[in-house]
Amino acid sequence: MKRSAPLRRPGDSRLVVLIPYLWLLALFLVPFVIVLKISFSQTVMALPPYRPVLDLAAGWTGLKDFAAHLTTDAYALLGSDDLYLRSYLKSLEVAGLSTALLLAIGYPIAYGIVRSPRALQPLLVMLVVLPFWTSFLIRVYAWMNILQRDGLLNDVLMRLQLIDAPRVWLSTDTAVYIGLVYSYLPFMVLPLYAVLEKLDPALLEAAADLGCTRLRAFWRVTFPLSLPGVAAGVLLCFIPITGEFVIPDLLGGSRTLMIGQTLWTEFFSNRDWPVASAIAVALLALLLVPILFYERLQKRAIGETP
Amino acid sequence: MRRTSAFNVIAVLAGLAFLYLPIGILVIYSFNASRLVTVWGGWSLAWYRELLHDDAMIAAAWTSLRIAALSATAATVLGTLAAVALTRAGRFHGRLLFSGMAYAPLVMPEVITGLSLLLLFVAMNIDRGFWTVAAAHTTLTMCFVTVIVQSRLIGFDRSLEEAALDLGCPPLRTFMTITLPLIGPAVIAGWMLAFSLSLDDLVIASFTTGPGATTLPIRIYSEVRLGVKPEINAICTIKITVVALGTIASSVIAKRGASRRAREGLGIQM
Repeated sequence: MKRSAPLRRPGDSRLVVLIPYLWLLALFLVPFVIVLKISFSQTVMALPPYRPVLDLAAGWTGLKDFAAHLTTDAYALLGSDDLYLRSYLKSLEVAGLSTALLLAIGYPIAYGIVRSPRALQPLLVMLVVLPFWTSFLIRVYAWMNILQRDGLLNDVLMRLQLIDAPRVWLSTDTAVYIGLVYSYLPFMVLPLYAVLEKLDPALLEAAADLGCTRLRAFWRVTFPLSLPGVAAGVLLCFIPITGEFVIPDLLGGSRTLMIGQTLWTEFFSNRDWPVASAIAVALLALLLVPILFYERLQKRAIGETP
Repeated sequence: MRRTSAFNVIAVLAGLAFLYLPIGILVIYSFNASRLVTVWGGWSLAWYRELLHDDAMIAAAWTSLRIAALSATAATVLGTLAAVALTRAGRFHGRLLFSGMAYAPLVMPEVITGLSLLLLFVAMNIDRGFWTVAAAHTTLTMCFVTVIVQSRLIGFDRSLEEAALDLGCPPLRTFMTITLPLIGPAVIAGWMLAFSLSLDDLVIASFTTGPGATTLPIRIYSEVRLGVKPEINAICTIKITVVALGTIASSVIAKRGASRRAREGLGIQM
């Protein structure tokens, strides 16, 4: 990329880069290094509740003392107690299944918006985005209203005589899936719409002229060309859902324990900072490949060569 | 070619119904006279009146608004600088790391960001409270600003900037008089998104907050955990109204470029 306007003087350019760079280094990268360090520490009853604490004032001996006390206890605990492994697998299962549901529900919506009259499209897109601007917590809470024992869902189902007695909806896996699909739907629809909207209608006309049925044309032409949008939507949903805390905590039961909740409990209830850090490191290791994929897509979407 | 089939119409309508029904129900029940959330007892403003006397909730809302205004402003400055750096600064040392850090918080699970920031504040011996939450929210939301502003920066013609520079206008003045007005709508959209994300965040605020800095989501969450309450319906309705009015107002203001930006996903290019 050539150096171009308006940053022709190297001094300005350096400052523009340096300020956000330093901020991100200090508040995004360095904190991860600290998490990594504490995941190799021991839990103690003190403030801060971990040991060793790096004492830079003590110089070389302080560093040696620090290194001698590092331990892999926290990781050993993660491996030995199957609570952790189960919540990992549960997170992957929930994230995978809900992302598949989101794709199945989001694709027809995005496709429908692209097919609607052009003048109407901005309004429809805004209507899909608008709930995303309202509170995440409120949207989850709205479903607590509906799904509770004497809530609207049971009420309606009983009036329609589909069920005789109130069913338990809240604190089930079903409730978690409903909450996840509801909350993440805009993240799936938007990237799909962005890709579908750019498709050249002439391609479908050509397919029709050559005798392709509409359904076949969709699978042979539209869907393959929309794959970048599918990938973006899937990653935008799958990665945050894997670490999701609020939705399984409020809508799920004790059996839907996801890894984000385990980390939260270790930190806030058990006050075990090294184990919470080890969970964070393991979760990040799991998500590293999808995150790198996402970054590539983002750079390509923004028109940058990776 | 643009034939709209019944299937297309049903998909969009069903999708919108799914998105809006739960919120609509929440709003209607906030005006319910009955304390039982599910029994309809007629229209009433009782829960709004109750909110007026809930000092803890009002204090939390005030804290949240201050944090959101401060962090959104800081995030807009930093995020815009990052977007300019990524599109206009060409190659520089550590560019790959920089772009990696600029986009990652967008998808990073909040529990990880929250925990890591808290551990940083503890390691630095910083007292947790208002300022640490604001700093954490700035870090979280600046990447959204970067993405929005960057898609706008790439989309417009550079010849105006180059003409100004060729005519001897200093770079900073070129940026302020030419570039900034052109990317203005994206910068405003970025600020608004950062503001509403900060106002909404529970997880990162829970990790990084301290005594005396309870935000509105933390307060709502602690109430909601115990079950559904009509007062919470009322505060949620107020928040939804504010957000809806803000969004409609901004789309009216930015009407000129509205259809274009909507095609880019309301500026959120993902």
